[in-house]
Amino acid sequence: MAEANIAKEEGKEIIVCNGVNKWFGDLHVLKDVSLTVKKGEVLVILGPSGSGKSTFIRTINGLEEVQKGDIVIDGINLSHDIKDIEAIRKETGMVFQQFNLFPHMTILKNITLAPIWVRKKPKAEAEKIALELLERVGIPEQADKYPGQLSGGQQQRVAIARALAMQPEIMLFDEPTSALDPEMIKEVLDVMKELARSGMTMLCVTHEMGFAREVADRIVLFDEGEIIETGTPEELFDNPKHDRTKLFLSQIL
Amino acid sequence: MNTNLNTDQSLEKTIEPPKSSLGVFGWLKKNLFSNWYNSILTIISVIALFYIVKGVFSFVFISAQWSVISENYRLFMVGQYTKAEIWRVWSCLGVVSLLFGLSAGIWKGTARHMSVLLSVILLIHMLVPFTSGTAKMWLGINIGIVVFGYFLAPFIPKNKIITIAGWFLSFPFTIFLLNGFGVFSTVKTNVWGGLLLTLLISVVAIVVSFPIGILLALGRTSNLPIVKYFCIAYIEIIRGVPLITVFFMAQLMIPLFLPEGLEINNVLRVMIGATLFTAAYMAENVRGGLQSIPSGQFEAAKAIGLNGPQAMTFIIMPQALRAIIPAIVGQSISMFKDTSLVAIVGLIDLLGIAQTVISNPDFLGRQMEVYMYIALLYWVIAYSMSYASRRMEKSLGVGER
Repeated sequence: MAEANIAKEEGKEIIVCNGVNKWFGDLHVLKDVSLTVKKGEVLVILGPSGSGKSTFIRTINGLEEVQKGDIVIDGINLSHDIKDIEAIRKETGMVFQQFNLFPHMTILKNITLAPIWVRKKPKAEAEKIALELLERVGIPEQADKYPGQLSGGQQQRVAIARALAMQPEIMLFDEPTSALDPEMIKEVLDVMKELARSGMTMLCVTHEMGFAREVADRIVLFDEGEIIETGTPEELFDNPKHDRTKLFLSQIL
Repeated sequence: MNTNLNTDQSLEKTIEPPKSSLGVFGWLKKNLFSNWYNSILTIISVIALFYIVKGVFSFVFISAQWSVISENYRLFMVGQYTKAEIWRVWSCLGVVSLLFGLSAGIWKGTARHMSVLLSVILLIHMLVPFTSGTAKMWLGINIGIVVFGYFLAPFIPKNKIITIAGWFLSFPFTIFLLNGFGVFSTVKTNVWGGLLLTLLISVVAIVVSFPIGILLALGRTSNLPIVKYFCIAYIEIIRGVPLITVFFMAQLMIPLFLPEGLEINNVLRVMIGATLFTAAYMAENVRGGLQSIPSGQFEAAKAIGLNGPQAMTFIIMPQALRAIIPAIVGQSISMFKDTSLVAIVGLIDLLGIAQTVISNPDFLGRQMEVYMYIALLYWVIAYSMSYASRRMEKSLGVGER
């Protein structure tokens, strides 16, 4: 925890969202969302399904376009300029609910593809880093297998390693454990906890309340495209201020 | 992470599935005579089958006069290609044999199966009595070349790149050698014919239409309206027109558009027509493949920082193409057979030769033999393609979800 605190004391604002608005057709999915995340902070985003939390996290690396408002990542404004979006994608790693590994490539290829082609790393160096990352997520022996040969939990850990291989400043998790069998959730959460402790800036959309309580520095509650309440886990779980927060917590706890 | 819940179970004696030994009569009863109407069906089928087989047998082995094939053998293979220059055809076959051999040595698997198949076909032709002595020699040499290539492959540095380049260069090389283009004495394309012409047209159409089809499919899904609508218009117009019309257009109308004096060779015109026709169908196949890839793949590619072309090249296209191998091969087989339509626009491909031979008074009434023979040729080649495709699907299926 010590190093995490040091990282936080830097206090650099790495994500600044200002009045973000987004519509799907006529549906207003994000309404004036403003949020600031500091370097090294672990932010958990909660909310009922359809509340816009996944959409929000996907706007941060430009997978969803924003129609109004600003998103500034590490000083780069996520405008419509494709060069800026590609620069930001190098800074942010993303882990998806459905893993989205590339089924036609081995695990090692999955992880080394982007470092080789985007970061222009030599193949040997990329593979060395990939093997270290596989070691870190606890499955070094699976390097030469294909995603289809791995369990869900293992695939999701590979997905985390693949995102980390780009050495991102920020990691985005979009319901990383929702598609997993119960006995595999823990192995993925363990990796995420270790990552949080190492000082990585993390945004996690999740339904794992235990994880939120244990790891989060701050929790953000979304409902109907708005941020309802923000606070530390203690504040939010034990002493919720807003009625909708109370309602949501009563439904899931 | 492995919770070995099952370990103690494996210590117990495993229970074997019940044996299913029906015996011959049991099998017959179960599959052919299970009830009265199945019994009647079986009996009728057996009688029908008996007469068909008997008819075919007695025709093939007793009444048919196969001399029409053996005497016109060269015509069927290469048409009226100048006899003195026939070595060029053999040389082209030699290059192909070498490439087959090398591929078999490098990639094993499907390539090896295809090389064995090629060798067997060559061997059969070598063993039948009516091929000439020189032909037997060339066939023997070609089998040798396949084997040579197979064992040579591991000793060549960068053998994969060389072989792939060789496959690509083999097309212009074949056309160049067959024609001569002044370096050798020119053999005009109007004497190219038979199986040679059929294979040339279909291979060019299939191979060239493939990249064009991919580009059209990408164009059709593009965001640029001009590109998109051009591709849609092209695909829909070509698909709405019969192939024979495209051939007539290529033969009769292209010369009208060209300035006086400039003339595109008639074989080339047909190749262009067939290629453009097939490309439209390929495009729709590829588009189907692209749609079968979940959007998550594209998102993941973008999220790790790949740009559009990189995501297409490394992530989307390989998966899409793999998914549509059966469709691509189906399209190729259908193109191969459709080349027989060029006989209508005056080229003498395999079918054209067949018609020429039948109309020869010396072979009056021999059309059954001739058509059976070319049907067999078409079938062997088409089946080889479908066999190769099934092998390829299997070997590429590794690691699929």
